[in-house]
Amino acid sequence: MTEKDLPALSIADLQSLLRRREVSAREAINALRERIQAVDGEIGAYLSLDVDAATKEAEEANVDLPLGGVPLAIKDIISVMGQPCTCASKILRGYRAPYNATVVQRLRAAGAIPFGKTNLDEFAMGSSTENSAVKLTRNPWDLSRVPGGSSGGSAAAVAADAAFGALGSDTGGSIRQPAALSGVVGFKPTYGRVSRFGLVAFASSLDQIGPLTKTVRDSALIMNAIAGHDPQDSTSLNEPVPDYAAKLGNDLRGVRLGLPKEYMIEGIDPQVKAAIDAAVKQMNSLGAEIVDVSLPHTDCAVAVYYILATAEASANLARFDGVRYGYRTENPKDILNLYGRTREHGFGPEVKRRIILGTYVLSSGYYDAYYLRAQKVRELIRHDFAKAFEKVDALISPTSPVPAFKLGERTADPLQMYLADIFTIAANLAGICGISVPCGFAEVDGHRLPIGLQLLGKALDEARILQMAHAYEQSTDWHKARPPIASPK
Amino acid sequence: MAGAADLDVAYVARLARINLSEEEANAFQKQLGDVLNYVEKLRQADVSRVEAAAHALPIFNVFREDAPRDWFTAEQALSNAPRKANGLFIVPKVVE
Repeated sequence: MTEKDLPALSIADLQSLLRRREVSAREAINALRERIQAVDGEIGAYLSLDVDAATKEAEEANVDLPLGGVPLAIKDIISVMGQPCTCASKILRGYRAPYNATVVQRLRAAGAIPFGKTNLDEFAMGSSTENSAVKLTRNPWDLSRVPGGSSGGSAAAVAADAAFGALGSDTGGSIRQPAALSGVVGFKPTYGRVSRFGLVAFASSLDQIGPLTKTVRDSALIMNAIAGHDPQDSTSLNEPVPDYAAKLGNDLRGVRLGLPKEYMIEGIDPQVKAAIDAAVKQMNSLGAEIVDVSLPHTDCAVAVYYILATAEASANLARFDGVRYGYRTENPKDILNLYGRTREHGFGPEVKRRIILGTYVLSSGYYDAYYLRAQKVRELIRHDFAKAFEKVDALISPTSPVPAFKLGERTADPLQMYLADIFTIAANLAGICGISVPCGFAEVDGHRLPIGLQLLGKALDEARILQMAHAYEQSTDWHKARPPIASPK
Repeated sequence: MAGAADLDVAYVARLARINLSEEEANAFQKQLGDVLNYVEKLRQADVSRVEAAAHALPIFNVFREDAPRDWFTAEQALSNAPRKANGLFIVPKVVE
């Protein structure tokens, strides 16, 4: 193995080389830096790199720790002390995080090295990373297409072998959907399983941090480090954390998988449908029993989400007012002018749209009709899942109804963009966990575009979901496929 | 449910402390009108027997000791300030 080949390794494989002292953490960082230099001009996954600090950490790395010496990319909405945390927004240009997110602290304690910050839709609002105020990120499988979003930088970096693994955040699918479109694994833990302390808040009742990786095992390894109670996040669950990696196995005997009939909608790409059908057969052949289930309020999920998420965002983003940090407008006339102009020029269009919608649905006279009603329908959606999980251990669906779309294809019509999240959004509303694993390819215009299989599990059932996803993954070769740009030149 | 016709983007933007150009206000009026028409579908759901859910999981009344701990110094808190002086954030005059 030459240094040039290192970035293609999974975290687990890199670790065994590090522990056998066949490779040093410094060599891994060097190889990764060269890989990023070679491909990131085309991909655009990173917003900032902290190579010097990372190299120094690598020299002192204890490779016998659970993630010892493993460099990881961090979505640029999670605070790494001293590094920029721009949320891909002009309003946070120049801001440096004065503290570490709990997940970053825990990754460091496990020996991992936060290496660079990845691109996203501004404040994680979007499904294509095109809402970044900084730059575009391109899909490594087809550079004319989006990587998905909002954790598009993290997904593209992992897919292009420009990261061994990454953290993202998922409010309505922002880990799972880009993982599907970029051909990597993306895991959204149960709401409260991973601390949100140090994650810049978008919709606090929905946001959750999780890993994007090349394999399910790697996601389990990262989960081992980041999951668990944190007194600094009052919504964090005080429940024991199992060893997720130790529980991975290869068969699905006795597992009951539910196929929600409402997810078989028109508008699913035929190649996506075929891949999911094949994956269901495959899981059946591994011993899983396939059961039809119903989630009657599926059709309401996107509508509920865009009321609740925007309402919460309108409150959370009130703090960006040009007073304490970030961008401030020049020569304001008075304080209201300072707020109004700072927010006019500091936020991009999608963020402004959502703040305005969220303010409206919370405003006097409309609260009951929109916000309160949406909260009630959220309860119905949660109940749908609770009932389904009485019959099955997990639900199975496409992660996204379509493979990666073209850059620019959906930007003019926000509603069309919102519908990209139709299969992922309900899991956030219900607070449950879910994963996307590669399950095939669509052939489009001479390019192979990855397809993702989504498995949803009940609250705190991460270990079982990872186990099922691992069993499926290991019975296929999809996770071994690399995009053209990732192949050594 | 109120309809899309009730939304006055320019007015709501003022509530949200966002100045908008006329062009942007017009574009948002159309786009958010589409979104509000789309969410009309929530009228069909029967919510007569459900309580509103603010959170997916039942967590209530999380308390901790009200004890002092090491946290930001004033200097750290001011480290990202656009304008500061004498340990304070500087803003335009607020009171007459």
